[in-house]
Amino acid sequence: MHLLHVLFPSGLFTADFMVNAWIAGSAVAVLSASVGFFVVLRGASFAAHAIPRASFAGAAGAVLAGGDTLVGLAVFSGLSALGIASLSSRRHESQTTALVLTAALGLGALFLSLGNAYAPEVYALLFGQIVGISRPDVVGILLLLALALLATAILYRPLLYASVAPDVAEAKGVPRRRMDILFLLLVALAATAAVPVVGALLSFSLMVGPAAAGSYFGRGPAQSLGIGVVIGLLSVWLSLVFAYDTGMPVGFFVAAVTAVFYGLGRLWSRLSEGENAARVSP
Amino acid sequence: MRNLQPVAGQAQPVLELAGVRVSLGGRPVLQGIDLSLRPGELVGVIGPNGAGKTTLLKIILGLLRPDQGKVRIGGHDAQASRSLVGYVPQSYTPDPDLPLTARDLVALGLDGARWGFSLGGRNRRAKVDEALNWVGASSYADQPVGRLSGGELQRLLVAHALISEPRVVLLDEPLANLDLRSQDEVVALVGRVAHERGVTVLLVTHDMNPILGVMDRILYLARGQAALGTVDEVVRQDVLGQLYGHHIDVVRVHGRILVVGGPDVEALTCTTCDA
Repeated sequence: MHLLHVLFPSGLFTADFMVNAWIAGSAVAVLSASVGFFVVLRGASFAAHAIPRASFAGAAGAVLAGGDTLVGLAVFSGLSALGIASLSSRRHESQTTALVLTAALGLGALFLSLGNAYAPEVYALLFGQIVGISRPDVVGILLLLALALLATAILYRPLLYASVAPDVAEAKGVPRRRMDILFLLLVALAATAAVPVVGALLSFSLMVGPAAAGSYFGRGPAQSLGIGVVIGLLSVWLSLVFAYDTGMPVGFFVAAVTAVFYGLGRLWSRLSEGENAARVSP
Repeated sequence: MRNLQPVAGQAQPVLELAGVRVSLGGRPVLQGIDLSLRPGELVGVIGPNGAGKTTLLKIILGLLRPDQGKVRIGGHDAQASRSLVGYVPQSYTPDPDLPLTARDLVALGLDGARWGFSLGGRNRRAKVDEALNWVGASSYADQPVGRLSGGELQRLLVAHALISEPRVVLLDEPLANLDLRSQDEVVALVGRVAHERGVTVLLVTHDMNPILGVMDRILYLARGQAALGTVDEVVRQDVLGQLYGHHIDVVRVHGRILVVGGPDVEALTCTTCDA
């Protein structure tokens, strides 16, 4: 009994800011893991790393202009996604991604120096402020979740096809270029929702960690996607509990817990690989 | 799946190219290509690097529009008849941890280009099972594609190409990087695709020898031009000499054909001479 009280003190589920945190955190977990599934399939970790960071400049701009942070994040993550998509060919993808990232970060630095954002605000944008989420933020994040889930549901098959076997998918009439752009826009959507909650620097771990672990544990695509979502939710929920109990930053726990799940996934994959090798060589 | 028997003689051509000319970046890659292939014909596409083999596949797939000429598949324009063409790409090497089973890949060949989720259904599953069974891939249907051997993967890609019941199947270097036993298995399978199912097959390879036993005709490409006919009609000193534009020697040793020649006497299709 005593331990349960320590782990789940009163207020964990009832305090207003915690209710917001549970809802927003869960939404971001589901959204990040769903989009992250395609990030992992496509090996597009660098873009998934760059877009949330680039969107930081949008938030800084919004603070400067006195506008809504979510809108600033949406504009900048969308623009950076389109920038990466329009400038990159297969060969130069990482260069373009890096250039878009640094250009946006430069703008972010400019916006911060022009404005007079408080250090805690900047800190929150970089590392997240899951326990400082407002009710309007929660509504915005839920809307983003709905939009992204709808888009993912519609795009699911052709995007899966273009991600796992691009050459044959193209031959079957899946437009490769359009799929590249739509995928990056999905990442931008996920980044817009994730940055206010887990921060520009840490949203990458929520997008890639659970989805990658899911793809190690799962067999087919649907199973991997589902397991990724469950791991994402578990990661956020555990992190919220730990953060509330210890008073330590939630971002630290998100990064740590997703890393642990990823490690377990790798281990699982190594073990099943051994099993498979035994199958191939009789 | 249907088992179309090739109808001899009277059958309408399935794949027709007339006066096809393609330039890439101002450089002519294919010029004056005329082809007419019947149902159930297996045609080997041979030629040195840069002869336009991949470009030829791209225009048949409708991914590239010829500058001049017509490409017709089953009587329709190639751009409008993608569902009639199956494709086995060159060097498909999925990541070992890709969360995609053999069954998933084949199912994508059936409806992967459609929007939304697949609701599955018994019919879809039966079709996938039948395709897997036909190529002999049932035993590894639930294995991740990234953990399959090269030969297993090629058979799977054939099932993937066949499941949409195409009239033409294109295979780009399906024998590359396979050991000899797997090569034989894939060649036999591709022969069945053409001769049992009546699907017209174009198989691109840099070495004609492994497919001599199943190939009906050969399409020899060099310098953007093509010669089509039986092996005896095409793989001759005079025909190839004209195609390459310089002296060519055709050597037959122990039932194998070696094409040797060129200004600096390079071996042109003799990559497995010592095998």
